[in-house]
Amino acid sequence: VSELPRDGGAGIPGLRLVWIYPDLLSTYGDRGNLLVLERRARLRGIPAEVVEVNADQPVPVDGDIYLMGGGEDLPQVLATRRLAADGGLREAVRRGAVLFAVCAGYQMLGTEFGGAEGQPMPGLGLLDMRSGRGERRGVGEILADVDPALGVPRLTGFENHQGVTQLGPGARPLARVLTGVGNGDGTEGAYAGRVLGTYLHGPALVRNPGLADLLLTWAAGQQLPPLPAAAEDLALRLRAERLAGAAPGAGAYGRDRPGPRGAGLGLGRAGAQGRRDLVADRRERRRLDPRSAARGPAGAPRPGGSRLGGRPPRGGRRLNKPGLGRPRP
Amino acid sequence: MRARLATTVGGAAATVSRLAGKGDGSVIGGIIGLRLEPDLLSLLATGRQVVLVTGTNGKTTTTRLITAALGSCGQKIASNVYGANMEAGLTSALSREPDAPFAVLETDEKYIPAMIKATQPKVVVLLNLSRDQMDRAAEIWMLARRWRQALAAAPGTSVVANADDPLVAWAASSASSVSWVAAGQRWREDSWCCPHCGAHLVRPDDDWHCPECDNRRPPIRWALKDGQVIDPSGQAWPLGLALPGRANASNAVIALAVAETFGVTVSSALAGGMREVTSVAGRYTQVRRRGTQVRLLLAKNPAGWLEALDVMAPAPVPVLLAVNAQVPDGRDTSWLWDVDYRRLRDRPVLVGGERRMDLAVRLEADGVAFQLVDSLDQAIDLARAPSLEVLANYTAFQQYRAVLGRAQ
Repeated sequence: VSELPRDGGAGIPGLRLVWIYPDLLSTYGDRGNLLVLERRARLRGIPAEVVEVNADQPVPVDGDIYLMGGGEDLPQVLATRRLAADGGLREAVRRGAVLFAVCAGYQMLGTEFGGAEGQPMPGLGLLDMRSGRGERRGVGEILADVDPALGVPRLTGFENHQGVTQLGPGARPLARVLTGVGNGDGTEGAYAGRVLGTYLHGPALVRNPGLADLLLTWAAGQQLPPLPAAAEDLALRLRAERLAGAAPGAGAYGRDRPGPRGAGLGLGRAGAQGRRDLVADRRERRRLDPRSAARGPAGAPRPGGSRLGGRPPRGGRRLNKPGLGRPRP
Repeated sequence: MRARLATTVGGAAATVSRLAGKGDGSVIGGIIGLRLEPDLLSLLATGRQVVLVTGTNGKTTTTRLITAALGSCGQKIASNVYGANMEAGLTSALSREPDAPFAVLETDEKYIPAMIKATQPKVVVLLNLSRDQMDRAAEIWMLARRWRQALAAAPGTSVVANADDPLVAWAASSASSVSWVAAGQRWREDSWCCPHCGAHLVRPDDDWHCPECDNRRPPIRWALKDGQVIDPSGQAWPLGLALPGRANASNAVIALAVAETFGVTVSSALAGGMREVTSVAGRYTQVRRRGTQVRLLLAKNPAGWLEALDVMAPAPVPVLLAVNAQVPDGRDTSWLWDVDYRRLRDRPVLVGGERRMDLAVRLEADGVAFQLVDSLDQAIDLARAPSLEVLANYTAFQQYRAVLGRAQ
């Protein structure tokens, strides 16, 4: 692994992507995040090397981006125990590696989560937060507006968990929930430094290329060139369709039937909400483009981005009873 | 008396449902019957030899193959052939055949513990366990644990189980008697770790064992090897099925192990019916449409898609992939990312279904070229080929099947 070329075509060093325990923490499409990061790096001429680390292997400390997926109750407990004993991930984070975790993996990052019988289990302590079990399972499409400091467009994803998560002062919410459950208090996900977790489960980066690029930017230590429009087209069309499908008013679980055939394949189907979001997306990508003179400082609120920010969560599925935990993918 | 009344009323409702065109009547009769007599299923099962068939994939086909295998006994067999596999469906199947001494019943994975209690089965068949419709199905490690508890509490029930699936083997090992079948396991992404202790399993070829506890692959009674079945005496038999693919050969070997518990020999099971099964509720149906021979394959989850991609005619035969995300499909399309599509790079690929954009992005990531389509006919016209393979998940499959005229 040491002969990884450290100079990509764009003058950006190669990236080593480390997938933690695909044998224990890969419940539903988690590989998608790895594939998206790899593709978006390669399309920019950045060499990406993928390392898959099984539960019986040591975690390398020299990776650039670490990924943790979802998992059922028992695998979550076993994976946490093994990761804590191994120590490699903690050392990698201490060295400044990027860590992205979803669902069960996200809960594991905190100081505490619920075990198979709901009992509190010690987490990895990489984020200042603790998780427990909520009253109801949160299953369905989720929309959330990202902390403006991160400059990432609205999140769209699918959540499936019964966990509720409380953040301590050392972590910031990743986003504010528009539709869905998230952490259970109107916020969704958490981040601190380069460690970032979310309840959007499985292939969370597929519909959120902006989040994927944030992780790549952190790892590269510099702004990245934008992708050619043709390489973004399908992902943005899917994103628009899903944004429209899960928008408030589309029903608690989202409208995921695009309608009868003949309604068109792209934006026509996605509806007005999706069109608005897509426009915001494109504006956002222009803003993040280092070659664009219009680009603001990293912390500047993006135009139109926090339209609904600050509102209480929609959908009436508040989960606010920490205690027994039941990790979910 | 109550049971008879409940059955009669339920049967009438089923007839009404069919006449009204509301469905095939395989559920409504059971629902009404159970409302009148909550113990109806137990009462109807009493005195019969019941086989319950469960697992993530292959339930419907295996149920059909077992029914075919037992056909040589010359007895009437009750079976939920339409795949209505919860309590009402099982109840309907039994009430439609009140004097059948045998019953072969496909059963939903989650309901197996309750159905074991209600029907006191002679045999429970455990096929496989893998990720499936995570938004509504239970976690599979949890399911395995419930199966395990239910079987431990049913000493009169014997089990036929796939020894090559470590999660299934762990669940089945609590039963008083198990006929272990080496039925193979193509999809392994849900069983790399020991269900007992969580250690990473050692899996050389088909064998497996846990390096940290005494969990290991149990001794085999029946095996599928190179497309042939090896019976308990070690004799090899060619299966000669009309149904395609490794998964169906696997289902067939399990059906033969069930037939053995009824005293049916391999030769009479195969020749007496199993080889005649050509399509099951529209699966594998071939229909000629607009000059193209269209074959329908149904698969609902990553393990199923993996097996279905194996079954497909080789390139350059074009392929139509279709995905929906309605409630019966699971509303979460994340599973598309668990399937490896790279082997489709060398053939024309068409992408349809209500969630075709999800699939489109997935194929793009695997470097597979494709065209989006709005309908089956558009796919046929774009393919312009003598034959077209169609792989769809549940409601997408039903939509195409309806276009083809309720193809059986």
